[in-house]
Amino acid sequence: MDQIKAKLMKPSRETKQETVGKIISYTCIVAIMLLVLLVLYFIISFGMSTFTTNHVNLWSFLSGTNWNPSQLDAHGNPEVGALPMIVTSFAVTVLSALVATPFAIAVALFMTIIAPKHGKGFLQSIIELLVGIPSVVYGYIGLTLVVPFIRGIYGGTGFGILSGTIVLFVMVLPTITSMTVDSLKAVPRYYLEASLALGATRWQTIYKVILRAATPGILTAIIFGMARAFGEALAVQMVIGNATLMPKSLLTPAATLTSQLTTGIGNTVMGSLPNNALWSLALILLLMSLVFNIAVKFVGSKGDLNK
Amino acid sequence: MKKALSFVTILGVSGVLLAGCGSNSGSGTGSSSSSSKVTAVGSTALQPLVEQAATDFQSANSGASITVQGGGSGTGLSQVQQKAVQIGNSDIFAEKQAGIKANELKDHQVAVVGMAPVVNKDAGVKNVTMAQLKKIFTGKITNWKQVGGKDEKISVVNRAKGSGTRATFEQAVLGGASAVKAQEQDSNGTVQKIVQSTPGAVSYLAFSFLNSKLQPLSIDNVKPTDANVETNKWKIWSYEHMYTQAKPNKEAEKFIKYIQSSKVQDGLVKKLGYISISNMKVTKDANNKVTNK
Repeated sequence: MDQIKAKLMKPSRETKQETVGKIISYTCIVAIMLLVLLVLYFIISFGMSTFTTNHVNLWSFLSGTNWNPSQLDAHGNPEVGALPMIVTSFAVTVLSALVATPFAIAVALFMTIIAPKHGKGFLQSIIELLVGIPSVVYGYIGLTLVVPFIRGIYGGTGFGILSGTIVLFVMVLPTITSMTVDSLKAVPRYYLEASLALGATRWQTIYKVILRAATPGILTAIIFGMARAFGEALAVQMVIGNATLMPKSLLTPAATLTSQLTTGIGNTVMGSLPNNALWSLALILLLMSLVFNIAVKFVGSKGDLNK
Repeated sequence: MKKALSFVTILGVSGVLLAGCGSNSGSGTGSSSSSSKVTAVGSTALQPLVEQAATDFQSANSGASITVQGGGSGTGLSQVQQKAVQIGNSDIFAEKQAGIKANELKDHQVAVVGMAPVVNKDAGVKNVTMAQLKKIFTGKITNWKQVGGKDEKISVVNRAKGSGTRATFEQAVLGGASAVKAQEQDSNGTVQKIVQSTPGAVSYLAFSFLNSKLQPLSIDNVKPTDANVETNKWKIWSYEHMYTQAKPNKEAEKFIKYIQSSKVQDGLVKKLGYISISNMKVTKDANNKVTNK
């Protein structure tokens, strides 16, 4: 009797498995949360020290146009104006998303509705290929092909926002396309059938029904693409020229937040103002990524189809 | 976004880890373990020499363990100051780097690097005066025509702010004036590639990066050669420093002695395009004052 009782009272193998599994997953979750908190703490504390320990005015940081943290200006204030980088970052991001979106939608429509059979496999593999290429390769191709090409057409040096946009266009295209494909696939088939049954042509159906229904998904795709473009450092750095000047045209060298970070971080001393100023740029990037994430949530929940 | 973040995270986390390791090894130096690990971090210009020397040194001394990393002169100096690493490599004097307490560090000069202004071959210029060069890099001369070249716009390519090469060049050529705001690139290799391919481009490179596709400029008819650097006829050069704490770790000191030995100075240093410290007929201090040896 006691044996049976003991056996019944003991946790079974499955229960133990359950416990072990729980321990493992909770440890992982806690580790990831700690990691995220650590990253946030680092970037925020270093990024804020420009304003707290070096007493740089937040507004002059955001609106100043002179970036030369190791020097003082005529009034004895350090030259830390991040506006040229902020403007350039937004310019390349928005422009590349604007250029990439029509292409992405066209490719996605082709893959899901127009020619799913022939187009899909081929295009899918091309898009997956594009995702897999490391960004330094895009940068190198940009430097050896795009920059001379732009220089050949428009003169100047070829470095600038336009070259950056072209490189980023190729890099965000797969992101936007594959997510657009997903949202087009999610449109219920009976929408399409109903529309065709009512006598609408295929183009009318695509334009008035499918794209309408998939709009929130497509917007999410665009925002994800923009987030990727905004954070891309290496490839952009190689083609944009890295001149911390207010961009006057698409063809003059400019610098993005990320390119300034990667060029500067190795040449500054931890804790000094030039280093802190770079952390502040990183903080701007972090906040922007937060904005992009919130935008995705907002767009996603707002646009749900009412069934 | 993700990439930039992860990059920054890695920097941050590795900073913590390195700092952690540093404090351990710092307190451990008292008990002097014979096979302690030595890490040398910093200047990418010096990196090839230190890497190769470390490989040779380790194969000669079985107990030695030397890790070499890049990261830039600023990183090297700050890491050695924080005792995170034993050796900080730098192109510039610690006195010249903001945020570094130079008197707490010990300077070991291991090589000399000459730098030359380079232009795209298209520009049609081979020689300029020092005054012209200064005007080019401060943006007062904007066309190669003005210095006897082709009618072509000058595109200045700077190195990143705080780069050792840039600091050396600006100290020798601009003498305190601020450079024109222009393109910035963060490595010798990229500058080389851009000047080769961009008509009208001008920049500056370490001698070891000069090649036949580039036009190095003579200044006041002095050619950028090792021999001219050794006598200071060619003014744009800097020491390659390996900084340690005032009381260096034994293994680190042994390694630096090895690099300064005539075997490395006459062999590896020359082979990799640096100038041997023992060949210099002059010395230069942190304030750019040159005296005969």
